[in-house]
Amino acid sequence: MTQVPVVVIGAGHAGLAVSHVLTGRGVEHVVLERGEVANTWRTERWDSLRLLTPNWLTRLPGLAYEGDDPDGFMTVEELIGFIERYAELGDAPVRTQTEVTSVAPGDSGYVVTTRDGSWEAQAVVLATGAFNRPKVPAVAASLPDELEQVTTLDYKRPDGLRPGRVLVVGASATGLQIADELLRSGREVTVAVGEHVRMPRACTGRDIMWWLDRIGRLDERYDQVDDLVRARHVPSPQLVGTPDREDLDLNALTARGAELVGRLAAVRDGHALFSGSLRNVCNLADLKLVRLLDTIDARTAEDGLGDDAIARPEPTRVPASPRLDVDLVAGGYETVLWATGFRSDYAWLDVPVLDRKGELRHDGGIVRDAPGLYRIGLNFLRRRKSSFIHGAEDDATDLVEDLVAHLGSSIRTFPINFV
Amino acid sequence: MSTTEPVADNGVNVEHLLGARTALTDAPEAAEFTWRATTEWVRGTRTQTTIEDYSGLGEKHSHKAEYSYTGDHPEVFASEDDGPTPVEFVLVGLSTCLTAGLAAVAQNRNIQLKSVKASIEGDMNILGILGGDPEVRNGFNDIRVHFDIDADASPEEIEALVAQSQKRSAVFDVVTNPSNVSVTVN
Repeated sequence: MTQVPVVVIGAGHAGLAVSHVLTGRGVEHVVLERGEVANTWRTERWDSLRLLTPNWLTRLPGLAYEGDDPDGFMTVEELIGFIERYAELGDAPVRTQTEVTSVAPGDSGYVVTTRDGSWEAQAVVLATGAFNRPKVPAVAASLPDELEQVTTLDYKRPDGLRPGRVLVVGASATGLQIADELLRSGREVTVAVGEHVRMPRACTGRDIMWWLDRIGRLDERYDQVDDLVRARHVPSPQLVGTPDREDLDLNALTARGAELVGRLAAVRDGHALFSGSLRNVCNLADLKLVRLLDTIDARTAEDGLGDDAIARPEPTRVPASPRLDVDLVAGGYETVLWATGFRSDYAWLDVPVLDRKGELRHDGGIVRDAPGLYRIGLNFLRRRKSSFIHGAEDDATDLVEDLVAHLGSSIRTFPINFV
Repeated sequence: MSTTEPVADNGVNVEHLLGARTALTDAPEAAEFTWRATTEWVRGTRTQTTIEDYSGLGEKHSHKAEYSYTGDHPEVFASEDDGPTPVEFVLVGLSTCLTAGLAAVAQNRNIQLKSVKASIEGDMNILGILGGDPEVRNGFNDIRVHFDIDADASPEEIEALVAQSQKRSAVFDVVTNPSNVSVTVN
């Protein structure tokens, strides 16, 4: 067993950011990676994906975007290059192809077991991603066998799907982006729409991410929001990062021929039953969008950035009587695409710190029930920006601060008792 | 910053509700409630329903009083019209749920309500229940709720109250989503 003060699990952008900050503090550590650097981006994303954040905002501690298109959006390939370069620049102590099979309490902290030996560490940082498993609702089991079910971890491009109609379940960034490219490839697409967040790509010539940064929205802290459960479960905004900076919302999909239906509520005898709440979820998203634009308008006036109020977007066009009941097989559907979100996988975590829903109990990334255990890279971990690439910087700095204090104290304390 | 913002009082104990949410997150089994009612046939299409107790927070509770409702069909169905029709009870369930929820949301957002009136209509083609057309469903094919609200708030804030009350409404959920129903007999 190899001794090391800190083990970081995962060499994606968040794990490497932690590694960078640890190195800056002179803390010896190792980064264990199951595959290659930026593994999830290499293997589990669809071909056309680009970041939702513009390049100028895509930065990590010690590395900012240096290309000639600060307002562009990185493709996955470009992002992999960026993260690889980050690992090389910082000379991060990464062990690739080293899959962790267990993290368990040990005599002086934790024992991290891999397929290639084990490590003993006083502190462990979990940077294993928030998108390990597709979150597929239980109703999936009732779908007719004739239909192919595809999750967004498996989806690559339109021609990878069977011919025929596609039911896309989910109307956040992922669902809309995939529905959009399916429509453009000539598919007939029905989109099941639950609660969602509508956002324009730009306002008065500036990217919406610039505005969210400007009005302080991205820096809102987890210990300052009214309802943290809600904040951590807000769906990703309906955005796409394309070279022509187009808006992507339900109206755009409707204009391309998509059919909108309510949230998929049940499947009975091969029929998909959709909720009658489509009008309200669209109305909620429109109201929230107008409140955001009001805030931006107020800020524009305050900062003297211009007199022009932002044009209010057309309300979401909801069909008068959206279909509630669709006979999937008879209706020509061949594929159901689950764009219903993701969850983390903690199958390898042998420390009793999960709640009844299998999520990690933590306080802004600090696992209070297991001193020395940390988590980075979750939605609204410590700030609203935590789920963005650049959100890793402040989170890594905060967590390493706590971690260094823990290392200082753990030398003098007895082993942790997990009974 | 001023700290003397007026405090709305709509008679809803929001602190209690928020406290319950926190407590129930830690004790999820206590959050399981069962609601019940008993309906007895009287004569013709007339029924008498009583509502007395419900279960939740790990025990059985009694209402302050036993509530009793008469149901019937209208005279155009050749009935006595001694009470509302069952579908009207469904509409009442929806409008009372949305209105109660709206008051709670307004309280939570510190919005003083002055008056709230919900008018509700449901369209139904009775060929469905008469078996006259197999293509026609039995139930409502469209339900409309209209709110008239006077409150110390902007039109946008009031619209947001109405939207949020739908989002958090049990009966809105029951009406807009399928539920499994099992009916047994002795």
